[in-house]
Amino acid sequence: MKRYIVQRLLQGVVLLFMVAAIVFFLGRLTGNPVDLMLPEGSTPEDRIALIKTLGLDGPLYQQFLIFIGNALNGDLGTSIRMREPTVDVFFSRLPNTLAIIPWAILFAVLVGIPLGVVAALNRGNIVDRAAGAIAVLGIATPSFWLGVVLIFVFSVELGWLPSGRMGGPEHYVLPVITLGSFLIAGFMRLVRSSMLDVMGSEFVKLARIKGLNEGVVVWKHCLRNALIPVLTLWGVFVGNLITGAIIVETVFAWPGVGRLTYEAVIYRDFPLLQAIIILKAMLILVINLTVDILYAYVDPRIRLA
Amino acid sequence: MMRNAPWVPICIISVMICMALFAPLLAPFSPIDQALRERLVPPFWMDGGSMSHILGTDAFGRDVLSRLIYGARVSLLVALLALTAGGGVGLVIGIVSGYIGGTLDNLLMRLVDAAFTFPAILFALLLAVTMGQGLVTLVIAISLLLWASFARVIRGEVLTLRQRDFVALAKVRGCSSLRIMLTHILPNVLNTFMVLVTLNIGVVIIAEASLSFLGAGIPPPTPTWGLMISEGRGRIADAWWVALIPGFAITLLVLSVNLFGDWLRDRLDPQLRQL
Amino acid sequence: MSGEVILEIRDLHTHFFLRRGVLKAVDGVSFTLRRGEVLGLVGESGCGKSMTALSIMRLLPKGSARTVAGQVLLGGDDLLRKTPREMRDIRGGRISMILQDPQTSLNPVFSIGDQLREAIFRRTHAARRDVMREAVAALRHVDIAAPEQRIAQYPHQLSGGMKQRVVGAIAMSGHPEVLIADEPTTALDVTIQLQYLKLLKRLQQESNMAILFITHDFGVVARMCDRVAVMYAGRIVECGPVREVFEHPSHPYTQALIASVPQLSGTTGRLATIDGQPPSMLDLPRGCRFAPRCKYAMPHCRDTYPDSFDVGVAHTADCWRLAPA
Repeated sequence: MKRYIVQRLLQGVVLLFMVAAIVFFLGRLTGNPVDLMLPEGSTPEDRIALIKTLGLDGPLYQQFLIFIGNALNGDLGTSIRMREPTVDVFFSRLPNTLAIIPWAILFAVLVGIPLGVVAALNRGNIVDRAAGAIAVLGIATPSFWLGVVLIFVFSVELGWLPSGRMGGPEHYVLPVITLGSFLIAGFMRLVRSSMLDVMGSEFVKLARIKGLNEGVVVWKHCLRNALIPVLTLWGVFVGNLITGAIIVETVFAWPGVGRLTYEAVIYRDFPLLQAIIILKAMLILVINLTVDILYAYVDPRIRLA
Repeated sequence: MMRNAPWVPICIISVMICMALFAPLLAPFSPIDQALRERLVPPFWMDGGSMSHILGTDAFGRDVLSRLIYGARVSLLVALLALTAGGGVGLVIGIVSGYIGGTLDNLLMRLVDAAFTFPAILFALLLAVTMGQGLVTLVIAISLLLWASFARVIRGEVLTLRQRDFVALAKVRGCSSLRIMLTHILPNVLNTFMVLVTLNIGVVIIAEASLSFLGAGIPPPTPTWGLMISEGRGRIADAWWVALIPGFAITLLVLSVNLFGDWLRDRLDPQLRQL
Repeated sequence: MSGEVILEIRDLHTHFFLRRGVLKAVDGVSFTLRRGEVLGLVGESGCGKSMTALSIMRLLPKGSARTVAGQVLLGGDDLLRKTPREMRDIRGGRISMILQDPQTSLNPVFSIGDQLREAIFRRTHAARRDVMREAVAALRHVDIAAPEQRIAQYPHQLSGGMKQRVVGAIAMSGHPEVLIADEPTTALDVTIQLQYLKLLKRLQQESNMAILFITHDFGVVARMCDRVAVMYAGRIVECGPVREVFEHPSHPYTQALIASVPQLSGTTGRLATIDGQPPSMLDLPRGCRFAPRCKYAMPHCRDTYPDSFDVGVAHTADCWRLAPA
């Protein structure tokens, strides 16, 4: 198992490096880096100072090295708008995003997985079709619009829930539901197809031969195996969560790193956006590694290898 | 076969295409001219609405229906361009990676894996800032979302095709790799490519809308559905129609495209399996 | 050695209802199984052997397959009339089954101890410690060394032969009256096969249980079985004591099967093969199903399905050639 974890860790680091490289080169090649990184109202002296610090007058690879060097020191630039180190800004907002992510995952798991199991058990009949319809509808509905609709219904019309901002538990409900909806359709489909695969296995037949009742066969024997692909494909879901967080936090004015991303775009705050991307890549790395450890634990074939 | 065709989705798609193609003829008003005396008129079925503005107006007095119609134009144009670009790149990479194999294949597939793990929307947003908002930026950004899934699936197809006899025969005849890829492999993956395109139209439409919503799409005053929702959000309490109606349009279109695509695939699939 | 009839199959018909037609997997199968007896069910793949077994256990693949006629009498009780709950109690208890592929028979995410204990607990509802003790004993009983260690291990940590023993232990845990073994040694190494067969034989003799032994390998039949039924295209074409059938195979298919088994001791000549292929189960001929491949076929064979004729003591075969003149 250790070998597996180390392998995953290395893969993550490579990903991080690739992302940093891509961000670096995109920034240097597509725009004018100096202008991108200078706040408004900068003097020519500021310009020259920036060029010197980042080595923008030197060859590209040298700039890259400076960039990496700074990054390893924890310096990813200064936000134009907030005039603070981007890293500080990011980590100050991160806890807010981390506050809703676990709830969103829980919500998606509690809704998506049973739906997937039920759909698999009722393959072909009306229950399966209904679940399929929900999934199709879920994919077709843009989540930012869903958020706005939820605000309209529950906040404006019914007045039950607040329309945004962080606060007490009632502030969490709509953002969590909207963020969770990013994952539900995917979960459901994956669990359904995974269950259908597993239900045809020989060991399921043996479980029935043992005379176990259907509930035990399905929920204990099948599901446990069916969830393994969900964990292996987790990487895609994390990506969805990050994307979702941006949109959800924007719609609900939730002060997390998603909304920070939106602000960076609106205010053309390139250094901040650059830092956000790299730090999010790191966040993804951490989350993926956690899930990989979980997966290694759940599947005895990996755990005891 | 035609009896089981999903007529409602087909109709909806046709209507949307017509809206896109004939926007200047169909739209009752200009989508960008402001008419401040006609601000926030509700849709015709509500109090205060009128038949002149069937779906009401927004905060600048612009007719929602007209903006909706012109918005279809943007959505479909971007979808077409992004699918061609992103799909095209994915197709090429898939064929090259699958056929040539070896370290190039390894490298490219690692890149694909990374693309799957890391949300491409972030790069799309970065491009909007560095290159400025615009059609080109948007198309490139959405292509970034697509290429990886195309590449992966096409590569899979190519891997099986590569083992086929007609490829071996071509090699024996002395055809160059490039020639084989172009004349033998490419035609055989086109079916799969079309399937992927139908699968991804919905994705692209929503991606464009999302990017527009986040302020990274085509800049105002060009009406795009995502932008309309973003603009209408602030006045959701007293003018819900500005934000909610475009969303209906998006959902309806994507739903129709997906249902149509599913049906189309069910028809093509038997042939695909024979390959 | 053989006692009263414990399992009787009467005119069993199991059909698959597919889009392209009705596939008659089991088309009128009848046989009896006595206590303490090992009956071999032999035939090529696709002839319906496994489907017969699944029909008896009522574990047909959901959706397309159904047993449409016949009786499955276990100690006089018709299993086809049982409710799902009653069947669940019977399965694993009075009648049990071993599957072919040990690699896939065991759930990979649970330890073999868990899976064995699950079966034991189902029967005894005893306290955890007692169940544990019984599980260890069950493993020891199937000749697994160091059962206390093995019990915590996972399937992937065991060899194929050991896995199959665990499957055997699970099957025996309910002290079944009838055990159906569906090609239990086919997926095992040749060197292990013999060991496993000996184990099965021992278990059978200890408990006087009846075994329905499904196989395509005549060598195994010779070693394990008391009687043998030969199956072709959904029907049993010959049935009798093993020695009888080997020495006096009466149905042309049986003759061809026996002739095609390589003999180590005989002269080396060309291996006899059976020309042609089994008929499509979707479109069975009216007469004898083996007729297209049979060198003795007469016009009458193609018209009417042969009756069953006695050719020896408790030995029958369905072939027109055996009709008394």
